[in-house]
Amino acid sequence: MIYLNTLFSEIYKIIFLLLPVLVSVALIVWLDRRVWAFVQKRKGPNVVGPFGLLQTLADALKYLFKEIIIPASANKVIFILAPIVTMTLALIAWAVIPFSQDMVLANINVGILYLFAVSSLSVYGIIMGGWASNSKYPFLGAIRSAAQMVSYEVSIGVIIVNVLLCVGSLNLNKIVLAQENVWFIFPLFPMFVIFFISALAETNRPPFDLPEAESELVAGYQTEYSGMMYAMFWLGEYANILLLCALGSILFLGGWLNPIDIYPFSLLPGVFWMIFKILILFVLFSLVKAIVPRYRFDQLMRLGWKIFLPISLIWVVITASFLFFLDMLPAGG
Amino acid sequence: MNKKNKTINLNFGPQHPAAHGVLRLILELDGEIVEKIDPHIGLLHRGTEKLIEHKTYTQSVPYFDRLDYVAPMNQEHAFALAIERILNIEVPIRAQYIRILFCEIGRILSHLLNITTQALDVGALTPSLWGFEERETLMTFYERASGSRLHANYFRPGGVHKDLPRGLSDDIILFCQNFPKILDDLESLLTDNRIFKQRNVDIGIVTKQEALDHSFSGVMLRGSGVPWDLRKSQPYESYKDFDFKIPIGKNGDCYDRYLCRMEEMRESTKIIIDCIKKMPAGPVKSIDGKITPPKREDLKNSMEALIHHFKLFSEGFRVPAGEIYAAVEAPKGEFGVYLISDGSNKPYKCKIRAPGFSHLQSMDYLLKGHMLADVPAVLGSLDIVFGEIDR
Repeated sequence: MIYLNTLFSEIYKIIFLLLPVLVSVALIVWLDRRVWAFVQKRKGPNVVGPFGLLQTLADALKYLFKEIIIPASANKVIFILAPIVTMTLALIAWAVIPFSQDMVLANINVGILYLFAVSSLSVYGIIMGGWASNSKYPFLGAIRSAAQMVSYEVSIGVIIVNVLLCVGSLNLNKIVLAQENVWFIFPLFPMFVIFFISALAETNRPPFDLPEAESELVAGYQTEYSGMMYAMFWLGEYANILLLCALGSILFLGGWLNPIDIYPFSLLPGVFWMIFKILILFVLFSLVKAIVPRYRFDQLMRLGWKIFLPISLIWVVITASFLFFLDMLPAGG
Repeated sequence: MNKKNKTINLNFGPQHPAAHGVLRLILELDGEIVEKIDPHIGLLHRGTEKLIEHKTYTQSVPYFDRLDYVAPMNQEHAFALAIERILNIEVPIRAQYIRILFCEIGRILSHLLNITTQALDVGALTPSLWGFEERETLMTFYERASGSRLHANYFRPGGVHKDLPRGLSDDIILFCQNFPKILDDLESLLTDNRIFKQRNVDIGIVTKQEALDHSFSGVMLRGSGVPWDLRKSQPYESYKDFDFKIPIGKNGDCYDRYLCRMEEMRESTKIIIDCIKKMPAGPVKSIDGKITPPKREDLKNSMEALIHHFKLFSEGFRVPAGEIYAAVEAPKGEFGVYLISDGSNKPYKCKIRAPGFSHLQSMDYLLKGHMLADVPAVLGSLDIVFGEIDR
């Protein structure tokens, strides 16, 4: 009986996490399109529901009823598996994200490693999709995407090392708590900038949207997908973007900590601040999408390996020696 | 173990977001590097030149709108000029000014589309929407003068169809005063944007000599540093009355061509303002009753007018035998019409020289050794419109 109870309470918790995440993914797609439209002097989706808020829902419904076309020459199993992998990986990563001190599904001590592992795996969804389509554009897109995600994973990893040096723990909650005095964005500002740019690359957002560069590769690895399978790629992508925004706010913006600790604001719960910070980062993501052109493949690689990686490595040395000589090394979790 | 790398053959288009209509490129790729490009055309061929042989001269004008449909009146202009020269008639000054006015509007229309789609091809999505907002305004000017946004059919041998409607000149001036500001906004997104520069500088370089060898014209030629513009070098119409500069590039890469177009739009804006300010009053069509249809009200009272009307709209006018080549500086380059007349009411032959055709054939030379991502960038800077290439 006790096992059943635990089982149900866990399932309940998971549903309680996943539903809001999925709903917010839908809303964030709307926000993305609105911000984008605003920059381009358009209106954006404003018809379905109040302010067009239900547009994404309508789109998802449409995708649901569309026929799923599987190309005759495709490897069917992998072709179908690819969007599922993408979507699943984008969602399971949310398990360790703390929305406030005790609003976290799995408060594990290696939270950041878990996140890192999951986001590294997400490239598989794209490679599988691109390869199984057995078509040239998706194939080129998948190759690009694999190279790109691997390169930027490295620089994100090194940036995270910077933060971890200051915290002394891999637990995401402890990372947040370590920022009670000062958010890491201030001492580690260059790292925040590189993190943000690498996050754009990691999620295939412009200016790094090469895997799906429409003027070259039509739609990249998604070219052959249709219906709900396409929608799953699409939802997974946005869930990933949201995840990296959450990670950014945890690592650099003090997560669920209250920035203004004076009376009316101190009443607001941590989860509010967390969402607020995620949204700010996300709006930045959208603005970038609206104003930049796309990098070329070799330029992207050069940026990742020859600029970002050395800078973040040097910064690790600087941070470490700074902490060491001033005797400010954290006690260790 | 010296196995040769296998190349991939990639069909780029005709249904590709960056194919600029119906271009089909067959790419031979070694990884991301382009080894060979083979452009295939003909998917929009409508037989315009042959159709013109079976229509009277007036009836042929609309075909020219459908060539480079981005700047329709510039094409009509070449045809009208050819007929006028072979007929040896005089065009009233006001008509010439109106034609210049709309040709320059056409230049802005075309360059706006080209610059913004070039940005689109390298991944910047916002400029195209900003640009289209302005194009929309310009097309309403077209509509107010000719009744149609796109396929104007406004120029006639001997002048233009109708005088400008009341208030249009003021609105055009108002637009031209604001337009440089909008160009500044566009430039702020592109000109100094590092990514845009990285994607365009030193991409698709054409040297001076090669530009001439490939019979380039327009911006493709000026971008490589050849100051050749028919408006200046062989002033047709009243272009000699206007003072304007011809921007030229230095390196002949995509970025220089982009800058040239930007600058040409600013010059065109000046010409338009100048043109409206200097525009004299007077007739807008040749006063020769054998070429120009009579006024509507004359039909009720004048037998002669009625006969002319009937003859002009049934048989059309006859053009003395001879041949002529007339070229204009269309936004995309030298647009020429070669007419052979056998003395009848229909052209014996009408050959159209479309600038885009000679630009497109240089694709292979321009892009060999570049990366796949440069293909749309160069294609964008060539300013391809398939209406005129396939005719």
